[in-house]
Amino acid sequence: MKLRRIQAIAVKEALQIVRDPRSLMIALLVPLMQMVIFGYGVNLDIRHIPLCVLDHENGQQSRNLVARFAASNYFSLRRAAGSDREVAQALDEGDCGIALVIPADFSQRLNDGGRATVQALLDGTDSNTANIAAGYAKSVVAAFSAAAQLDAVQRRGGTLQTQTPVGVEARVWFNEALESRNFIVPGIVALVMAIVGAQLTSLTIAREWERGTMELLVSTPVQPMELMIGKLLPYFAVGLADAAICLGLAVFWFEVPFHGTVATLLFTSSLFLTVVLCIGYLVSVSIRSQVGASQVALLATMLPTTLLSGFSFPIEQMPAAVQAATFLVSARYYVEILKAVFLKGAGVVELAVPILCLALYAAVVVVLAARAFRKTLD
Amino acid sequence: MTPSAPIVEAREVSKRFGALVAVDRLSFAVPPGEIFGLVGPDGAGKTTTMRMLAGVMRPDGGQIVADGVDVLAHPEQAKRHISYMPQRFGLYEDLTVDENIRFYADLFDVPRDVRETRAAAMLAASDMLPFRKRLAGQLSGGMKQKLGLTCALVHTPKVVLLDEPTTGVDPLSRREFWQILYGLRAEGVALVISTAYLDEAERCDRLALLHGGRMVHCDTPAGLKARMPGAMLEVVSPEPRRARDALAGQPGVRGVLLIGIGLHVHVDAAGRSAGIAAALAAAGVPVSEIAEVAPSIEDLFVALLDNAETPA
Repeated sequence: MKLRRIQAIAVKEALQIVRDPRSLMIALLVPLMQMVIFGYGVNLDIRHIPLCVLDHENGQQSRNLVARFAASNYFSLRRAAGSDREVAQALDEGDCGIALVIPADFSQRLNDGGRATVQALLDGTDSNTANIAAGYAKSVVAAFSAAAQLDAVQRRGGTLQTQTPVGVEARVWFNEALESRNFIVPGIVALVMAIVGAQLTSLTIAREWERGTMELLVSTPVQPMELMIGKLLPYFAVGLADAAICLGLAVFWFEVPFHGTVATLLFTSSLFLTVVLCIGYLVSVSIRSQVGASQVALLATMLPTTLLSGFSFPIEQMPAAVQAATFLVSARYYVEILKAVFLKGAGVVELAVPILCLALYAAVVVVLAARAFRKTLD
Repeated sequence: MTPSAPIVEAREVSKRFGALVAVDRLSFAVPPGEIFGLVGPDGAGKTTTMRMLAGVMRPDGGQIVADGVDVLAHPEQAKRHISYMPQRFGLYEDLTVDENIRFYADLFDVPRDVRETRAAAMLAASDMLPFRKRLAGQLSGGMKQKLGLTCALVHTPKVVLLDEPTTGVDPLSRREFWQILYGLRAEGVALVISTAYLDEAERCDRLALLHGGRMVHCDTPAGLKARMPGAMLEVVSPEPRRARDALAGQPGVRGVLLIGIGLHVHVDAAGRSAGIAAALAAAGVPVSEIAEVAPSIEDLFVALLDNAETPA
């Protein structure tokens, strides 16, 4: 390997990048747009579930209960139904996600010290949302019950002796507000970088074939490894700029709490960038048309990263075979690293396992990419 | 090594693309200081031969040696002494003239001062000095080819392979181009050039006539002309097509080639002009002159290929 040849290729490639400002703009603007679209689009928090209420009693107590629902962040009162049919209609039409049916004897049963029941009807077509809505509803009702109980005791002149013997003081670490955005956005950074990184290099060899410059290039003494390193270096710089854009947006725009160090981020992002750039290069070597190479690179990075990196679907809940497949998805390690760096402030020591996996991955794709290039026309 | 020992040599080289045999057991040797021409119609195997000589395409059989190095066994070592200019312009159109030259010089590890001296001399010789900062994509066809040659020669090669280098090049640039080639020949470089221009073929020291991947003839241009049997008659006529039809099947006529002013008629022996004149007169074709002429390379080519195709 000769440094001079690597430098010659890198300078040539950099000149070509700079002379094509439109492509460069796309390379820098696309990640910005993707971050904003995904960042706002992917939101797993469930808030303001539309609520339909059928209050058969319409008394003081029942109105109190409804008021509690309406006051919570989780529900917003959409409809006050007058009949069961109206409730069914609201759920059928998808107008409401949950319906609350309060019986006519609600207050009476409550005041008798007996047990009062309310019915919650849920739209189960989105089972995840239904589950969460049911949970929220239970907690609203529980708070109402506790208050009612207290009220009843006080009215009888009793004192406050009603505390539950064991209480859970839940305190969430690392993502105190339980904002899904805080763990989704680092995953989106990985997704965007995987897509953009592979796109950057997917054209670099195909372009030489299409423009007819490859025939002359292979007739020179340049070695495949020199060609690869020289070609990847300028794109590495562009990729780092993209990483800075994505990570900067995550921290300053989406305000994801950042507890780690920039050095850890730079190191791990460089590793991941190496992997995705090499994947793009590998595709470029294998497919001689620019359009084809770009499509394959997009498919090879976007699908596995979206589905199998754990950025949106938890890996632990996948079937064993699919879980095994996720080990082949480089973004899986980077997503894990990013979440830990952002939310836990993890350093290289804590992240030794995913970093080593990513490094191993990088080593394999570097070798594959370098070997894939053959200096012949046939 | 004696001066006549070949610098580039092909031995029984073959290349197949599926069922098609592009190059069929081709052998030739080019000594230093010779311009060796490959001539033949499209599909004769010229470009494939060039690519195999350059080490960018692997033959299915045979051996290629360049400057004592086996090109098939050690292509990378051989490439250091070979300069190859593909048929299609292979430089970067979004780089300037200087940047292209520098890129190739660096790939061949040419020292900076050597690069500057050589590039300046070659650009001056081809009137390209004012365009050093211009993007290669904005050069004319002829200038592109001259830039290609400059890049190809910046590393002082011992073997120069040029695949149809002057296609689409204006006559003036072509003359400058050949001046550079003659200069290389004087330096002892072995040149292999393929061309579709037969007038250009006459400038070569030796010519190989390729047809269907095989070498039909190989000799100096004069030697090839001497091989042509019979004689060549030039018929000046305003109606060459009618004349051609009239001469078809006439005794002694081996081939007819349309030229600008009439026909070149290849006959089996001298003294056929009276018979030809009679035949044309019988057919009512107006003829202003019939004269025996020296065959051009084109005549030769047609005649020799006809001979090769129809085994006598």
